[in-house]
Amino acid sequence: MKALTFILRQEPPQRLDLSPLVPHLLDGKSAKDIAAIELQTTQEKVTAGDVFKIKDGAADSILFEGGSPRFDQLGRDMKSGEIILEGDCGKAPGRRMSGGTLTVRGDCGPFAGSAMSGGRLEIAGNAGGFLGAPLEGEMEGMSGGLLILRGDAGERAGDRLRRGTIIIEGSAGDCLGSRMIAGTLIVIGECGRLPGYLMRRGTIVLANPPELAPTFIDCGAHELAFAGLFANFLRADSRPAARLLGRELVRFAGDMAVLGKGEIFRPA
Amino acid sequence: MRPLKKNGVRIDDTFAEAFPMRGTAVLITAPSRRWALQAATTMTGFATSVIGCGAEAGIDCERSASETPDGRPGVRALIFSVSTDTLQSQLVNRIGQCVLTSPGSACFADLDGADRLPLGDAIRYFGDGWQVSKKIAGRHFWRVPVMDGEFLCEATTALTKNAVGGGNLLIMGGSAKNTLRAAEHAVAAMNEIEGAILPFPGGIVRSGSKVGAKYQGMTASTNDAYCPTLRGAVKSQLGDDVGCVLEIVIDGLTKEVVAESMRAGLAAIIELGPEHGAVRIGAGNYGGKLGPHHFHLKELLP
Repeated sequence: MKALTFILRQEPPQRLDLSPLVPHLLDGKSAKDIAAIELQTTQEKVTAGDVFKIKDGAADSILFEGGSPRFDQLGRDMKSGEIILEGDCGKAPGRRMSGGTLTVRGDCGPFAGSAMSGGRLEIAGNAGGFLGAPLEGEMEGMSGGLLILRGDAGERAGDRLRRGTIIIEGSAGDCLGSRMIAGTLIVIGECGRLPGYLMRRGTIVLANPPELAPTFIDCGAHELAFAGLFANFLRADSRPAARLLGRELVRFAGDMAVLGKGEIFRPA
Repeated sequence: MRPLKKNGVRIDDTFAEAFPMRGTAVLITAPSRRWALQAATTMTGFATSVIGCGAEAGIDCERSASETPDGRPGVRALIFSVSTDTLQSQLVNRIGQCVLTSPGSACFADLDGADRLPLGDAIRYFGDGWQVSKKIAGRHFWRVPVMDGEFLCEATTALTKNAVGGGNLLIMGGSAKNTLRAAEHAVAAMNEIEGAILPFPGGIVRSGSKVGAKYQGMTASTNDAYCPTLRGAVKSQLGDDVGCVLEIVIDGLTKEVVAESMRAGLAAIIELGPEHGAVRIGAGNYGGKLGPHHFHLKELLP
């Protein structure tokens, strides 16, 4: 069956909350039902039908033709199925998603993959700050799944990461993996200042690390079976990440300013 | 009735009687094939019979580096026991004492299934707080710091309750030399079958047993009916042409794979023929009342 397709009529005049347009909430609904769904925004009432031309299809496969930096919360709480966005989106795509696959074929705003716990989020372009991070007041960031960013990330990507894997194929901003609780974070491009700032546990792998904080201690170069294991598992999703993990890596333990059971790897 | 003969080898009209067991499989990898084999050999040592060893174990097959999760050479080992509890304790003791200790090793689950046995979940405490948990692609691993780096171990492996233990062949020849040659041929063919192992030394057992003994406290004793030196003294199963008997015991993850293994062994012995190999093939059973799985030799002939 064909994908349920949302064709953008024109650039929306204000921010839009796209969180109702996920497979498990649209299952069994006709294009007409879906067109009547209200998309929370500012003061004016806007429905999905006002913004998109909707073509009927299977709700477990949703395609957006045309994006906008005003599209917020795309795929929020997504549990299953697939969403593809041909274009850009705004804040927090894939927020709290627990399953399925979400693909953004453009750039996105801050908090992409915020607190996601499962599934696969792929962003072809660049992302704003706080990739996978918790929102203000929340204790945990991403806690499972796979987040792949082909472009660059803003500051504090992987903040309070607890589980799961983030791959950034471009560069990362300052304080990558700040306050990390656990999980795995891989950066292929350049990396800003103070990676792993106050990380407790977890693994950061940097192809091009900056000077590390003095609270990260050199543990020497090692060939570890787990790196080979991750290289094998990630090869289909990111060849550069697999190549990086296949190299001999130097381990730095930290952040000794806190628990110090985390690690940053760089090629030997 | 004329005895059944294939290529001059007599096939007894009998069956092997086998029992349900609990089984599991792990994949051990190492920096080289040699050390993967070493870890697996040590882990499956002293595991010939559940009577005295707690488990029956053996090497199933080798895996090339491209077929293992961490891209290093690997060896698949199977372990069988009579209950889930003993299998669990045998598995953890053997991994902890023989694989964790082996240079460069890592250990992975190598069986799918809903029933799980803790593997790394039990070994991780060796890390004394420095162990690291990693989850990827729905699988869970533990990294335990050790003196040569890290021991990587999957958190759990699967358990099968459909395993079968005690499939067997009795290989009878005129001389010890010919009988051993026939048994070696059979073992070589049976080692090719994936999912089944031959737990005895080199796959062969020379001291088959019967149930019970004249001495109190002995649950099993020598199978006198098949001892060639007692041919004239007891109610022997052996004719004048048999001077040596060797047995091959098979444990498999399913009854189908045990049958397949026995079929491969029979074919190899028959192909060798009686002149340089065995003159007769039989199988051990207890009258069919104890074990639910009966493998009739005539149904497994090539």
